[in-house]
Amino acid sequence: MENWFYACKIEDVPANGGVCVKYKEEQIALFNFSRRGEWYATQNECPHRQQMALSRGMIGSQNDEPKVACPFHKKTFSLATGECLSGDECAIKTYAVKIEGDKIYINLHPSAPKGELETHELIA
Amino acid sequence: MKIVVIGNGMVGYKFCEKLVAKSQPQQFEVVVFGEEIRPAYDRVHLSEFFGGKSAEDLSMSPMDWYENNQIKLHLSDPVQSIDRTAKTVHSYHGITESYDILVLATGSSAFVPPIPGVDKEGVFIYRTIEDLEMMQSYSKKAKKGAVIGGGLLGLEAAKAMIDLGITDTAVIEFAPRLMPRQIDEAASGILANKLEQLGLKIHTSKNTSEILGDDCIKGMQFSDDTKIEVDMLVISAGIKPRDELAKLCGLEVGHRGGIVVNDKMQTADSFIYAIGECALHQGMIYGLVAPGYEMADVVASNLVSYINDDLSNTPLGVRGGEKAFLGFDMSTKLKLIGIDVASFGDPFINTNDTRTVVFEDTMKGIYKRINISGDGKYLLGGILVGDASAYNMLLQTSKNKVILPPNPEDMILGGRAGEAEGNGVLGLPDDAIICSCESVTKVGICKAVSEDGCETIDALKKCTKAGTGCGGCVPMVKDLMVHTMKSEGKYIRNVLCEHFAYSRQELYDLVKINKLKTYDEVLDTFGNGDGCELCKPPVASILASLWNDNILAKGNSTAQDSNDRFLANIQKGGSYSVVPRIPGGEITPDKLIVIGSVAKKYSLYTKITGGQRIDLFGAHLSDLPKIWEELIAAGFESGHAYGKSLRTVKSCVGSTWCRFGLHDSVSFAIQIEERYRGLRSPHKLKGGVSGCIRECAEAQSKDFGVIATEKGWNLYICGNGGSKPQHAQLLATDLDSETLIKYLDRFLMFYIKTADPLTRTATWLNKMEGGMSYLRNVVVNDSLGIAAELEVEMQTLVDSYKCEWKEAIENPAIRKQFSHFINAPEEKDPTMKFEAMREQKKVKDWS
Repeated sequence: MENWFYACKIEDVPANGGVCVKYKEEQIALFNFSRRGEWYATQNECPHRQQMALSRGMIGSQNDEPKVACPFHKKTFSLATGECLSGDECAIKTYAVKIEGDKIYINLHPSAPKGELETHELIA
Repeated sequence: MKIVVIGNGMVGYKFCEKLVAKSQPQQFEVVVFGEEIRPAYDRVHLSEFFGGKSAEDLSMSPMDWYENNQIKLHLSDPVQSIDRTAKTVHSYHGITESYDILVLATGSSAFVPPIPGVDKEGVFIYRTIEDLEMMQSYSKKAKKGAVIGGGLLGLEAAKAMIDLGITDTAVIEFAPRLMPRQIDEAASGILANKLEQLGLKIHTSKNTSEILGDDCIKGMQFSDDTKIEVDMLVISAGIKPRDELAKLCGLEVGHRGGIVVNDKMQTADSFIYAIGECALHQGMIYGLVAPGYEMADVVASNLVSYINDDLSNTPLGVRGGEKAFLGFDMSTKLKLIGIDVASFGDPFINTNDTRTVVFEDTMKGIYKRINISGDGKYLLGGILVGDASAYNMLLQTSKNKVILPPNPEDMILGGRAGEAEGNGVLGLPDDAIICSCESVTKVGICKAVSEDGCETIDALKKCTKAGTGCGGCVPMVKDLMVHTMKSEGKYIRNVLCEHFAYSRQELYDLVKINKLKTYDEVLDTFGNGDGCELCKPPVASILASLWNDNILAKGNSTAQDSNDRFLANIQKGGSYSVVPRIPGGEITPDKLIVIGSVAKKYSLYTKITGGQRIDLFGAHLSDLPKIWEELIAAGFESGHAYGKSLRTVKSCVGSTWCRFGLHDSVSFAIQIEERYRGLRSPHKLKGGVSGCIRECAEAQSKDFGVIATEKGWNLYICGNGGSKPQHAQLLATDLDSETLIKYLDRFLMFYIKTADPLTRTATWLNKMEGGMSYLRNVVVNDSLGIAAELEVEMQTLVDSYKCEWKEAIENPAIRKQFSHFINAPEEKDPTMKFEAMREQKKVKDWS
C-alpha cells in the first residue's frame, strides 16, 4: 500500500488523548484510544468554526461509538465515520492509521483500509 | 395519485415532509416546482445568515432528501400557467406535468409601497437568500442604514443591518408604535427604548414621501418635511400573497390578495389546494410559519386518508377529508435583536367587563400585561417585553381556560420568595398543547414517559417530536417528565452521563472511600464504557478536590476539560490566554513591569479582567511554558483562570487608604485568596471583600462576599453575576476574621461535596431543600455534625497547595505536551491569524 507517512512514535501520544501531526500543509489529529486499544486519525479542523483544535479535544464514546469533542463548543464527531454526533455540522475526514513496531503511520488516501488493523499484534 | 406542488418554501416543504411521514412508499407521486435556485430553507431564521450561518445551515433538507423520498424537484423553474380542464401545469423551462391534485404553496412577496425612488440602487427587500447576498455586497460601502417597517419583519431586517455592521440604522414606521399588530403602546415604548440602546434610531408616525439621490439612494424625505441621510435602505413593511397564477387560471382571490380557500384548504376548484401565506382563509392571511404548517398538515392528512379509505367510487376532490383548518392562534414569542417579545390570546382587550394587570420596569426594560375576565377566573391574553419566560405557561393557561389562582398577578411577577409558581404545568388539562410547533399534548408527553419509557429529553424529542421546533417548551416538557417519573415512584437524580449511573455527590463519596486516584480507576470501578466529555471533567474535578494532585499527572491530563488540559484558556483561533494570580488585585510596580515585558516579548494582547487581574491573550501553545517560566521567576503563580476553581477575591482599597474604610479589606482579600487558591470545585468560585457598606468590591455579587462592619465582618454567600444575577444572602454578621474563615471553610467544602457538575453556588442554593435556613444551620449551627470534618478536609487541601504551572514547567513529560505539532514541536499553528487593533493585536474573526 502506498501513501503511508511516518507520523510519530507511540510514546508521543498520550493515552486516551490526541496530538496534532503535520504532513506537508495538512494538519491531522491522531488519537490513541488506549482504553479500546484503537488508533484513529481525522482532520484537525473542527468544521463548526473552522478551528484547528480537534487533536486537543476529549475523546470518549457514545453508545459505543468512539468520538471526539471539540474543545471550543463541544461539538462531537465519530472517530470511526467522521459523522457529527451533536447537531448537524458537516462530517470530518477520517484517515487510516497503522502501527509498525513503535512507529505510527497515517495514510491520507481515502481508500486506505481503516479500523481493520490489529494494533495489539503489531505492537507486540 | 399524482400531486404537483407549486412552491418550495417552508410550507411547501413541510407538506412534502408530512405526506412522506403519513403515507406508504409509492402511494403518491410527487412533483415540486420551486422558483429559487435552492431547495426550501428556513426563512424564519434568515437573519442568522449574517450571523455566520451558511445557506446549507438554513436548508430544511438537503437535495438527496427529495431523491430518497422519490420526490421530483424542479428548481429555478417557476410554473407559468395552470390548465384546469386538462389538469396540467406548464413551467418556464417548458415542462408540462399533469396532476390529480395540485397544491399551491406560492407564498408571498415583500410588499413595496409605491414611494417615488424605490427603484434606486441601494434599496433592498428582505425576503430570500439572494436578497441577503445582494445586501451583503452592497453593505460594504454603506454607513447609514434605514429600514421601512417597524413590525416583526422590519425589526428582523434591522437586526440584519446591525449584523452587516451598519449599526447607524433608522427604523421608519408609519404607525404610531412598533409592532402595532402584536403589542400595545407602553410595550412598544419599552421595546423602542431597548432598541435605541443598541444604537438603532426609531421613528414612528413617519411617512416616507420620496427616496432621494441620483442613481443611488442618498436620503429619505418624509411627509412632515423632515429628511435623513441614508445610503442603504431595506423595505420590510409587509407581505403580498403570491396569487397571480391562481388569478390567471380563474380561481377566486380576495380583493386585497390571497387565494380563497375553505376549511379543507380547497380553492374554488376542489382539485386545487392552497396553503401558507398565499391562502386566504376566512378573510385572513397567515404570515407566520406555524399556521402554514398546520395547513400543510390538514391537506396531507386528508389526502392520505382518502387513499387509505379506498374511496374509489367517490370522485377525487369532491370530498375534502375529515381534518379541517379552524383558524390559528396568532400568539407569538420571539427574540428580536436579543430582546424577548411575546403576545398571546387577545393582547389588547380592554372593555368594561375585563381587567388588566400591568407590570412595567423602565429601568430593566421589562413590560408585562395580562388581560383577565371580569370575574377574575380566566386569562384572556397579554403582552411580554424584555422577559418572556412566563410565555408558555400564560399561553397554555389562556388557551385551556385554566381557572386562575386568587392572585393572578403572581403569574407575571414570579414567585417573589423562592420559586413557588403554583401548580405550573401540572395544573393544565391532559389535552393542553405543550409543544405548539408540533402539536404535542400534555397527555402525549406523559404517556411517552410512562408507556414508552422515554426518561430523557432527547428520548422524548425523538419519540414525540416535542421541543424540536422553537424549543420554547423544553422546560415544560422536562417538568412533565420529572413529575411523571416521580409519580411512578422513580428516584430522580442527575446522573453524570451514560458511563456513570451516579450523581456527582454519590461519586464523590465513592471515590473518597475507595481512595481512587485516576480517572481510569474511577471508570473501571464505578462506570462502564469509555467515558466522554460529560463525565471526564467532573470526575477529574472530584479527584482534584479530594487529593489535590497535579491535574496533568498520573494520566489524568486527557480527562481534563479543554482549558485545564493546557492550564490556560483557549481563545478564538486556538491561541491561549494567561492569567497570573494577583491576589486581591494588589500588584507592585516591578511585577507590573514584568507582565508588560513578557507581553511585549511574546506579542500578547493585554486587558484588565473583571476580577482585578491582567489577562494576556494570543499565546501560542508552545510559548505557554516559556511565558510561565518568566512569570514564575518574577514571583507570579498560576491564577487558575482556566479551572473550575477559585478565581479571584476582589477587594476595594480599604482602610489603609480610603477615608471611609472600616477595616483593611485588601489584606483580608489576599489572605482569603491565598487560602483557597487552586481549590477545585464543581464550578468556578469568586469572592469579594469590601471595607465598608459602600461595597465598592461588589462582594454581594460573588459566591462569597465579605463586608466590613463596625464590629467585624458580615459574610454573604451564593451570589452570582452572569446571565441570571442574584444577590448573595447574609449568612452571619459581625464575625471576627478567624470565625469567618471557619464558616467559609465549611461552606465551600459542603458545596464541593454536594453540588452537581457545573452548578454555581447560587443555583446550588436555589435547588437546596430548605434553602438558606438549612444551609445556615449546617454551616453556622453544625446541624449535621460535620463542621469539624469539613474544616479538616479544607485544611488538608490548603496545606497541599502547589502552583501547578511551576510543576508543569519543571516536569519534562508534562512540558512536552505543550506543542502544536507533535512531529514539528518548534513550529506554530500557521492557520492562526492576528490583526492590528488599537495598537495591539486581535484574533481574526471566525467565519
